Amino acid sequence: MASVETHAEAAARFVRDDARVHWHDQAVWFVRQKRDVASRAVPDWEALRERAEAIKAHTLSNLSAYLEEFERNATRLGAVVHWARDAEEHNQIVHGLLAEHGVRLLVKSKSMLTEECHLNPYLEARGIEVVDTDLGERIVQLDHKPPSHIVMPAIHMKREEIGELFHATLGTERGLTDPKALTERARRHLREKFMTARAGLTGVNFGIAETGGLVVVTNEGNADMGTSLPPLHVASMGIEKIVPRAADLGVFLRLLARSATGQPVSTYTSHFHGPRRGSALHVVVVDNGRSALLARTGFRRALACIRCGACLNTCPVYRRSGGYSYSWIIPGPIGSTLAPARDAGAHASLPFASSLCGSCSDVCPVRIDLHHQLLGWRREIVARGLLPPGKRAAMAFASWAFRGRRRYELLGRLGRWFLRTLPGLAGALGRGWTRERELPPAPRESFRDVYRRTRVQS
Amino acid sequence: MSSRDRILAAVRGAQPAPVPHPGVEGLGARFPDPVAKFAEMVAAVGGACLRADDLASADRALRELPVHREARRIASLVPGVGAATFDPAVIDDPHGLDGLDLCVLPAELGVAENGAVWIDVRKLPHQALFVIPEHLAVVVRAASIVHDMHEAYARIDHGKGFQLFLSGPSKTADIEQALVIGAHGARSCTVLVVGGAG
Repeated sequence: MASVETHAEAAARFVRDDARVHWHDQAVWFVRQKRDVASRAVPDWEALRERAEAIKAHTLSNLSAYLEEFERNATRLGAVVHWARDAEEHNQIVHGLLAEHGVRLLVKSKSMLTEECHLNPYLEARGIEVVDTDLGERIVQLDHKPPSHIVMPAIHMKREEIGELFHATLGTERGLTDPKALTERARRHLREKFMTARAGLTGVNFGIAETGGLVVVTNEGNADMGTSLPPLHVASMGIEKIVPRAADLGVFLRLLARSATGQPVSTYTSHFHGPRRGSALHVVVVDNGRSALLARTGFRRALACIRCGACLNTCPVYRRSGGYSYSWIIPGPIGSTLAPARDAGAHASLPFASSLCGSCSDVCPVRIDLHHQLLGWRREIVARGLLPPGKRAAMAFASWAFRGRRRYELLGRLGRWFLRTLPGLAGALGRGWTRERELPPAPRESFRDVYRRTRVQS
Repeated sequence: MSSRDRILAAVRGAQPAPVPHPGVEGLGARFPDPVAKFAEMVAAVGGACLRADDLASADRALRELPVHREARRIASLVPGVGAATFDPAVIDDPHGLDGLDLCVLPAELGVAENGAVWIDVRKLPHQALFVIPEHLAVVVRAASIVHDMHEAYARIDHGKGFQLFLSGPSKTADIEQALVIGAHGARSCTVLVVGGAG
C-alpha cells in the first residue's frame, strides 16, 4: 500500500490555488467561531465535556454487556439486529435486506460508516439506485466525489461550482448560484426520490442500551423523510455508538450541535424505538476494526468520537489543505488518528499532517487527547519502520549527530559554513522545507561559542 | 461461531477494566424566566414563538398568520387550534400527505436552553406529519417548559414508538455556509405557548 499519496503530496495540489486556500480557511474558521460563541453561552461547558468523556470511558469499559443489552431491548421493541464484522458483511446484509424487500431505490441520510464501508458502489453494482439525501452529500454524490468534511460534505465547493453542477445534473438555469434557489431545486428533486423510494437507510448517532432505541440527528429532516414514508428502515451503527441510558443523551446532545455548527441543538433529534406501524426496522451493528482499536490502550479513546467535526474546523492543517488531502474518508485530526489504526502503512503520513498545536484536543466535546494520539502514531510509525526512506535516513543521521558532542560541534561548524558559502545549494538540498520558507541567515558563532566567550569575559 | 458472538468476544477481550458511570447529576442551565428564554431560543433557531392565554386565543393568533391564511390543506392534531380541512387519520398511505400546507401538532414539553419541543409522534396517525408538511405549528403549554435537556430527559417516557426533539424549521447551510430555511421538512415552525408558567 506504499503507493497511497501522502498528505503533503495531495495538499500540494490544493494549495496551488492560493485564493481558494484562504477562502476555505475562512469558511471553516467561521464555523469554529460559531462553536466558540455557542460553547461560551453554556456555563457548565467544561463540566459537560468531562462528564461526556467519563460516560464514554465507562461505556467502552463495559461495551460488550451494553451491546447485548441494546440488542435485547431493540429486539423486544420489534427491531431486527444484525451483526457485521467488516465492511463486506455489512454491505451483504444491507443488500440482502433490500433484495428481500424488492427495493430498487434507496434514500440514504448521512452515515460516515456507510462511506467507510463503500456501500454505495456495492449497491449500485447490484442494480440499486442509491440517493444521498443530505444536501451536501447529494452535491458531492452528483459530483462523483466523497464528502470533504464529516458535517459539511461540500464545504470545499463554491456556489458557482454547485450552480454549474446543478445545471448539468438537475437542469437548473445556467448561472444560477443563489443558495436559496439551488436548495429549493434540490428539495423538489429529493422530494420526488422520497416519494418513490421503498427503503430508507440512516446512520446512528446514539444507540441506547437501556431502551433499545436509536437516535438520529439532522438539520434538514432528510433522515425523517427517509424513514417515515417507506416500509423499510435500515440503520447502520458502529459498535461505539452505544450510550448506557437515555438520560446520558442530555450530556451528549448539549455538546454535539454546539460543537458541530454552533446551534444549541440540531433541528431534528429523532428517537426510534422499534419500527413504525406497518414497516420494518433493521439495525446493522458493525465492528470493522473497532474492537481491534478498543484493544489499543493508547488509542482507544478515539472511539469516543461523536463526529461533530470541531477538530477539523479548528485544525490549521485541515483548514489550509482541505478534506481531499487526507487518504482516509474521515479527514482532520480524528481521521488522522483513526486511519493508521486500520492500516498504518497506507496512512503513514496522516499523523504528520498536524502542527501538534493541541487545538483539536481543546475543542473536542468528549475530550479525546487527539494531539497526543497523533504523536503516539508518529512514534509507532517510526518503530514499525514505516517512515519514507528519505525521512528515515535524515532521522538516523540526526540521531547519530546528536549523540556525540565533538561530532555535533564539528557538524554545526560545517553546516554554518555551508549555509554561509553556498545558500543556494543548501536551499536546493532542503527543498521540502524551503519551498514555502526562506532559509535563516547562518550565524557566525554557535550558542556554545557565544557562551564560552561571554563566560570568559565575565 | 456467528459474527455476533465473534464481535462480542472480541469486544469483551479488548475492553479495559471497568470504570464507573459518573451519573448526570449536577449539570445544567437555570434561567430566571424559562418561558422567556424558550421564546428567545425558538426565534434563534429560525422559528416564531407566540404566547396565548388559552387554546382559543392560540387558535385566533394562528388563523391570522400567513401560514394559515394562505394554506389550502390544513391538518390539526390539537382540537380547537387551526381550521383543519381534512383528517389525516383517514389516509392509509403516508405518501398521501405530500402537499399538506400546514399541520398543527401538540408538544409534550419545551426546552428553554435550545428552543426544542418534544413531540410524541405515537399520538399522531402518521409519523410523517412532523416532517412532510410545508409549515408546522406546535402547541406547547407554558407549564411544561423545562430549563434544559437533563430536565427534559428526566420527564420523558420512551417505551415503544417514535418521538423527537424538534427545534425550529428544517434548515441547511450546505452551500457556502449560507443558511437556507426549508431543506426537506417544514419551511416554517410557529410555536404557540399556551397558558402561564406552572
